[in-house]
Amino acid sequence: MAILVDADTRVLCQGMTGWAGTHHTALMMDYGTRVVAGVTPGKGGRHHLNVPVFDRVAPAVAETGANASMIFVPPAQAAAAMIEAIEAGVGLVVAVTERVPVMDMVRVRAALKGSGTRLVGPNSQGILAPGLAKIGVMGTGSERPGSVGIVSRSASLTTEIVDQITRAGLGQSTTVGVGGDPIHGIGMAECLDLFFADPDTEAVVLIGELGGTEEQEAAEFLQSTGLKKPVIAYLAGRHAPPERRMGHAGTITLHGRGDVVAKTAALRAAGVTVVSGAHRVGETVRQVLGAAAR
Amino acid sequence: MNLHEFQAKDILARYGLVSPGGAVAITPEEAEAVARRLGSPMIAVKAQVHAGGRGKAGGVRLVTSPHAAREAAAEMLGRKLVTAQTGPEGRIVRRVFVETGLASQRDLNLAVLVDRTLGELVVLGSPEGGEDLEERALKGELKLERLPLGTGATPRHDEALAFAARLGLTGDAAVALAGIVDGLRRAFVELDASLIEINPLALTEDGRLVAFDAKMVIDDNALFRQPELAALRDDEEADPIEVQAQHHQLNYVRLDGDIGLVVNGAGLGLATLDLLREAQGRPANFMDIRTTAKSQHIAYGFGLLFDNPAVKAILVNIHGGGMQPCDTVVEGLGMAARRSGRKIPIVARLAGNNADFARSRFVNFGLPIVECPDMWTAATRAVAIARHGR
Repeated sequence: MAILVDADTRVLCQGMTGWAGTHHTALMMDYGTRVVAGVTPGKGGRHHLNVPVFDRVAPAVAETGANASMIFVPPAQAAAAMIEAIEAGVGLVVAVTERVPVMDMVRVRAALKGSGTRLVGPNSQGILAPGLAKIGVMGTGSERPGSVGIVSRSASLTTEIVDQITRAGLGQSTTVGVGGDPIHGIGMAECLDLFFADPDTEAVVLIGELGGTEEQEAAEFLQSTGLKKPVIAYLAGRHAPPERRMGHAGTITLHGRGDVVAKTAALRAAGVTVVSGAHRVGETVRQVLGAAAR
Repeated sequence: MNLHEFQAKDILARYGLVSPGGAVAITPEEAEAVARRLGSPMIAVKAQVHAGGRGKAGGVRLVTSPHAAREAAAEMLGRKLVTAQTGPEGRIVRRVFVETGLASQRDLNLAVLVDRTLGELVVLGSPEGGEDLEERALKGELKLERLPLGTGATPRHDEALAFAARLGLTGDAAVALAGIVDGLRRAFVELDASLIEINPLALTEDGRLVAFDAKMVIDDNALFRQPELAALRDDEEADPIEVQAQHHQLNYVRLDGDIGLVVNGAGLGLATLDLLREAQGRPANFMDIRTTAKSQHIAYGFGLLFDNPAVKAILVNIHGGGMQPCDTVVEGLGMAARRSGRKIPIVARLAGNNADFARSRFVNFGLPIVECPDMWTAATRAVAIARHGR
């Protein structure tokens, strides 16, 4: 089993008919994901990749029973696409789009309040449940079904750590990219909660980085609920020069909470095993699970 | 994107923010002329660079005559200003803002920003202002008041007045503050700001609230719909190499070491930089290849490393994913190496999408590659090669 998705998840793609949408939707279908519809305003009534295309999300949901949406819409329209999916009652929305303006995300967050939708992203690589479903743009080949859940702010590090976990003789239950943007949908804390409730997940790997307070919120969640399963964390950016912006990371530290030292301390205090080198995550997970089994 | 103080004050004036009034000068003579025009017994001469902490670093001077304004400007213009926020390399002062100097009976601080945790707009206020505010906030010594604004709606008048009261303002000053808060809120939403900060917001002796300084940061991701603001971008404030790299789909940060670092993905990049530092290595740069980069962009990026005489080894750590396969990176590397002709040892760690094909491309290019199976081995080898040539 996996979190957020299962073998019956029926996915519609907003922005499927564009170049990137077509390319990645086809890869998702190859992986076995049940893609049931596309949505592109003005292209309703056609078929693309052998699935029907609709002008709006609501009729696509009504006619195809889609319960998840994948968003491949350019930044200027991405927030409107997310809000349309939320208002159409889609249970899971995964937004891959990078560079969505932050004020747009403030409006999306307001739309999410009181809705039945879980948003993953934006600026997320998506969700991968090995052997079940891929909703996103991550590469595949080194993942395999297993019992380690991964929640991450970084797509590139997820690829690396999935590979390490597989080489350590384990597999993954689900990988979730929460995205690197300041305002996004579900966070690390909520993913931990879902993994704790998932009977097939035995341990959770949390991949964080400097900037923001996502990891501290995860630590606060763990402090309040207790550690129900082993959690192993890796945090990138310990040696990043302060005041410099490194890609999407390295965002301004707010009130001393954004640096890796503070994040490490918060997570350790909550019982998390924090790994200091990115190359040792897979091996550490194996050791922790081995110890838990004894 | 950062705006200069004079730009922020100019824009925020349209939203009702009052500032002392002044003009920009790029020569000492202009500074003197502006001061004469202002005709004030006190004049502030302020270096316009994109960094805080100017006051302590000598970037803000209060003078009492146009002649003194000229001298102050002459001391700043064309010189490097090193503040707590510029890093040791500092910033060249290319213009000064010459402004009427006013006395303040009390300083406050006001900021509008997005609360990451709540995903909402919030106004933060403090009944004190000044330069060391951030430090004091860090130590928890600062009293911060919050006025939540949700998606950016006008705050209720009684809530705004209560917020003013918590900042110690009453009567006309409280009403004025409510007006300022609403103006800043409107500016934030309409102009896609990611931060507006007025520090200090001074209560003058005649009871007015006047912005002595203003900082405004615009959301880069929203510049497509803010052409008027995009035109204000001051590329001179940024490192020209970093600006060029941005145009080539690369996130490039110049550092001062001897190992060129190339990765795909910011998170993997930070992790590799951490390992390099743990191995006692000194990175010459941070270079993250974006998912949208083509091989010619990547070649441009490697070219920056080949052109940098300080670079003694290049560390390439690529984990090919769904968006950027390994072979595209090697293609770019090969193009850059051929163009440069300079032989720099290259330590590479390739994994994931198209790694095997990428390896065969290395051979085709005839590049001197040291291939490593994992990130740590690659980092330690790169450090050894940079230090001892092997």
